[in-house]
Amino acid sequence: MGMQSDIKLIDENGLRIDGRKPDELRPIKIEVGVLNRADGSAYIEWGGNKILAAVYGPREAFPKHTQNPSRAIVNARYNMAAFSVDERKRPGPDRRAIEISKVISEALEASIFVEQFPRTSIDVYIEVLQADAGTRIAGLTAASVALADAGIPMKDLVVGCAAGKIDGKIVLDLNKEEDNYGEADLPLAIIPRTQEIVLMQMDGNMTREEVRQAIEMAKKAALFISNLQKEALRAKYEKGEIQKAEENLNAEVNKGE
Amino acid sequence: MDLSKKIVLPGEEIDINGFKQGNGLYFEDGKYYSYQLGLIQVYNNFVNVIPLSGKYFPSKNDKVIAKVIEIAPSFWVLDINSPYPAFLHVNDTPWKPASGELGKILNVGDTVYAKINEITESRQIWLSIKEPGLRKIEGGHIITVQPSKVSRIIGKGGSMVNMIKESTGVKIQLGQNGVVWLDGEPEKVLEVIKILKFIEEESTASGLTDAVRSRLEKSR
Repeated sequence: MGMQSDIKLIDENGLRIDGRKPDELRPIKIEVGVLNRADGSAYIEWGGNKILAAVYGPREAFPKHTQNPSRAIVNARYNMAAFSVDERKRPGPDRRAIEISKVISEALEASIFVEQFPRTSIDVYIEVLQADAGTRIAGLTAASVALADAGIPMKDLVVGCAAGKIDGKIVLDLNKEEDNYGEADLPLAIIPRTQEIVLMQMDGNMTREEVRQAIEMAKKAALFISNLQKEALRAKYEKGEIQKAEENLNAEVNKGE
Repeated sequence: MDLSKKIVLPGEEIDINGFKQGNGLYFEDGKYYSYQLGLIQVYNNFVNVIPLSGKYFPSKNDKVIAKVIEIAPSFWVLDINSPYPAFLHVNDTPWKPASGELGKILNVGDTVYAKINEITESRQIWLSIKEPGLRKIEGGHIITVQPSKVSRIIGKGGSMVNMIKESTGVKIQLGQNGVVWLDGEPEKVLEVIKILKFIEEESTASGLTDAVRSRLEKSR
């Protein structure tokens, strides 16, 4: 945000620098259960973003004074790998990472039935391997899939999307150039069933009407991404299990001959 | 709508069709929704969502395999593979050790097959081994499986586990918490571990008993 340049972010045909229409998302791919040690895990590729999410717990919260006798605490940790951006990112939590960890924890907590597990913690690790703008939302989207994979009770799969303003126009899902040279970025996450907003931040300036428009746009996209999450989970757990077992059985029989 | 054997995701609406609300569902604005990833099961007029993954959550009278992690003056603290530790008081065991000498009977690292006797409101779990069949476990191998898959490994009326026992001659003790104790010839034990992992992976498949039978016959 705020960087100056002569680059035109929207060309004369109304297309953006990566050829997308104003309301077009970047390609998204979600994979479930990619890590064996974690209780639940997911991997997401969202445009140029590559993010791993791992969930542990509910487990006894440590240190003990962090335990809450009436509910579980949700600990999300957002971390960017040193190699995730063009110029080496200094490892370790910085002001930005601490803030993102906090807002993601709170967004997930809004959906999880925390009161079912007093004195425990649910730990969510989000590792950004490659960043290309919109990592907090991509990380959150992967984290809620990982939570479902870990069998944690929740109201719904939290999902999000960003919208923003570039060259005076409201567009969906900014990429890195648009984020750097655009006028505003508004990440948003919702509980899709109730459309309750669980995370919303804004960087830059927009008018009241533009914000309203951006929220509508991001919500609509989030509902679409919600279906991708569900498909990814079903792909792991349904996987034509019955056919698979039959194939295995046939293979066994053939080997025996 | 056919309710049984359908995979549901968190937040998915479930039409309970006149049945009663069981486990794994929540009620909001006049509708029922699943709160976890699982399989729908209708049992005794109750609709339940059986989780496909997740930690073990103790319920009363479950039989579990627990490992001693700490010794206190009159009780042991045990790990039962759940978010909370479990406690075993001397009075709930058949032994009467002198006070402060609990370590002579069960030391840190020892394993017992125990029953969940009581769960207090603040989620304190108390075990008991004062019942026939419950005991200290000696020798053998311990492995863990997904707790929600234990009933699949047991099979209808124990059909699956008995078939494995008879075919391999390995002694098997299953804890509801997903901890499994195996004792027998090393090669046979390895074979059983493979079969248990197979059942775990394919737990939602139909005709699983037949698939396992053919595996057992092949290995014999």
